[in-house]
Amino acid sequence: MSKYTEEDLEQELKTKEYEYGFYTDIESETFAKGLNEDVVRAISKKKNEPEWMTEWRLEAYRVWEKMTEPDWANVKYPKPDFQEIAYYSAPKKKPKLNSLDEVDPDLLETFKKLGISIDEQKKLANVAVDIVMDSVSVATTFKKTLGEKGIIFMPISEAIQEYPELVKKYLGTVVPTSDNFYAALNSAVFSDGSFCYIPKGVKCPMELSTYFRINEGGTGQFERTLVVADKGSYVSYLEGCTAPQRDENQLHAAVVELIAMDDAEIKYSTVQNWFPGDENGKGGVFNFVTKRGLCETNAKISWTQVETGSAVTWKYPSCILKGNNSVGEFYSIAVTNHFQQADTGTKMIHLGKNTKSTIISKGISAGQSQNSYRGLVQINSRAENARNFSQCDSLLMGNVCGAHTFPYIETKNKSAQIEHEATTSKIGEDQLFYCNQRGIDTEKAIALIVNGFSKEVLNKLPMEFAVEAQKLLEISLEGSVG
Amino acid sequence: MLKINNLHASIDEKSILKGLNLQVNAGEVHAIMGPNGAGKSTFANIVAGKEDYEVSNGIIELNGEDISELAPEERAHNGVFLSFQYPVEIPGVSVTNFIKTAINETRKAKGLEDMPAKDMLKKIREKSELLEIDRKFLSRSLNEGFSGGEKKRNEIFQMAMLEPKLAILDETDSGLDIDALRIVANGVNKLKSKDNAVIVITHYQRLLDYIVPDFVHVLHDGKIVKTGDASLALELEAKGYDWIKKELV
Ligand SMILES: Nc1ncnc2c1ncn2[C@@H]1O[C@H](COP(=O)(O)OP(=O)(O)OP(=O)(O)O)[C@@H](O)[C@H]1O
Ligand SMILES: [Mg+2]
Repeated sequence: MSKYTEEDLEQELKTKEYEYGFYTDIESETFAKGLNEDVVRAISKKKNEPEWMTEWRLEAYRVWEKMTEPDWANVKYPKPDFQEIAYYSAPKKKPKLNSLDEVDPDLLETFKKLGISIDEQKKLANVAVDIVMDSVSVATTFKKTLGEKGIIFMPISEAIQEYPELVKKYLGTVVPTSDNFYAALNSAVFSDGSFCYIPKGVKCPMELSTYFRINEGGTGQFERTLVVADKGSYVSYLEGCTAPQRDENQLHAAVVELIAMDDAEIKYSTVQNWFPGDENGKGGVFNFVTKRGLCETNAKISWTQVETGSAVTWKYPSCILKGNNSVGEFYSIAVTNHFQQADTGTKMIHLGKNTKSTIISKGISAGQSQNSYRGLVQINSRAENARNFSQCDSLLMGNVCGAHTFPYIETKNKSAQIEHEATTSKIGEDQLFYCNQRGIDTEKAIALIVNGFSKEVLNKLPMEFAVEAQKLLEISLEGSVG
Repeated sequence: MLKINNLHASIDEKSILKGLNLQVNAGEVHAIMGPNGAGKSTFANIVAGKEDYEVSNGIIELNGEDISELAPEERAHNGVFLSFQYPVEIPGVSVTNFIKTAINETRKAKGLEDMPAKDMLKKIREKSELLEIDRKFLSRSLNEGFSGGEKKRNEIFQMAMLEPKLAILDETDSGLDIDALRIVANGVNKLKSKDNAVIVITHYQRLLDYIVPDFVHVLHDGKIVKTGDASLALELEAKGYDWIKKELV
């Protein structure tokens, strides 16, 4: 009888190349490697930034210089040499685009391979796409429709030019430059990213979406995203990533700041699919991200993430529930395979009264990977009647991977209600046989079981993202039999 | 339809099937009875292709083709269906999604397109009505928190959806209440035709009141030791297995 053995699995994983493992040869202008004050100034100058921005970066650089890389996370990796990284890279031909016809054909080809051709995206219902290609945005669509509502959605480099007061007012207010090593680094050298402002009372009529990519070998990418939802407004923001296969480790240290003012709501969804390294654990993206949102009175922030990529992931989308009755949510699926390592989770900081937070984390580990959930629920003394519900489920495939849960709870107010549930399960042989008996082969059965396991989180994603996310889960776990 | 010749199987060095012979033709209903631990579920699992067993000897033919090298899903594609004695739970996967996947995977194996959603819905409606299954039930996670009887009824619902050539029902009656037994048995009878065959594994006559077998076999210690018509089941109900065991020595 054809028995599916560990060897078959290994063979299959070996032959499965990273889907998006290609490299587009677009001429680009790259700074020499290394980091010092002059490089920071040069980046700022290159972007034609105002004086205050340059100073802001320099201050961040000076803070960063005195910091050391954190090592408390449950991940092991060769520490990047920060002087061996080039801190700026921009496509040389920086086209002024009126239509798609003017886009570099090579670039269009890349988009096609990624399955995210702008053409297609344009047609896709209500999705405006701002594509960050190697640090500099080259295409922005749907700007007009948004403009009519007074919504600002543009590369942050442009926002610094066009709306300096807005950017200056909010940048670094949720994640201060000195927050942590990677955030400080990002603040000093961030290349580009997105800026989004939703005016008072406006419900953003479409999902705002950004596709990030990394394309230049050895170029770290440092995006900076700032989303400000003014009083009573609503926005759903999608972020998706994929990167070409490269040998060197690629460092990625993004900062995302969300501000939800009174009665505002921000939904921030991420599907992340960076190159996780090959079957020997070689290559792959290092992903050290600081994501944090601030909720004023009655405001709500939901983070939803599907993480399938990166060699090393270090990421804790958090909510500061400052205003009374504010709500923070974190829904996460983290898949690790091969030698991937993920240390991810959230922080819910309850400051206001009647604040509520929900954490649903689904970790799926296969191969020799390590998957850790790390979550902090902090109830401060003035946070009367704060409530938190946390649920952390782990699904294991095989015997050599690991799942870890590190929940931290700090309560300074007796009225707090905190619930924490955790489960660990394995895909059972009997489940697989049951599916097989119904005509579903083992690979498909795993996809089905994993999708079922992740359902509560998948359901939180906007429709078009949910489909993509399901596909990603399938791709990242092909052949992983438990 | 199914031909089994001198089947020997063991697990962890423990011999379970010891020369089992069985021939099932299209249009027939066979009942297999026998004491606990005789090897009935083992037999069903082996026909369905479960890989835990060491099959040391014997032939398993489906429609004249040796299927012993086929993977379980390939056997399913060829029309083998097993209603499990203990159906497993798959959290987060709805009954509808599961059966849709099963049908489309089977179609894919045959080079067919996915079943159009409209046809799928129609079929689901039809079969759930046949088995008096509440539509709300179909959106629940597969077998998760189902009562014993609900699990069994759901197995037969899947059978109705998949329309197998050879259905093996392993103690489908256990756990069913009196009404459910009638509904499920009637469902099985409606699905019966001259082109398919059913093997029911059961301990009790009451199921065979509804699904009348053409043959009744007694499986004991890994072998079919006695075969008769429907009246044999009645006799077993009345007398138990001891008299058969005695006949053997
Ligand atoms: N995985 C296994 N490991 C060890 N022994 C097993 C295993 N599976 C089955 N057996 C043994 O094989 C024998 C036959 O089991 P099987 O489940 O086929 O019996 P059955 O006829 O279906 O019984 P019942 O009427 O109780 O359902 C039993 O003695 C059982 O303990
Ligand atoms: Mg049994």
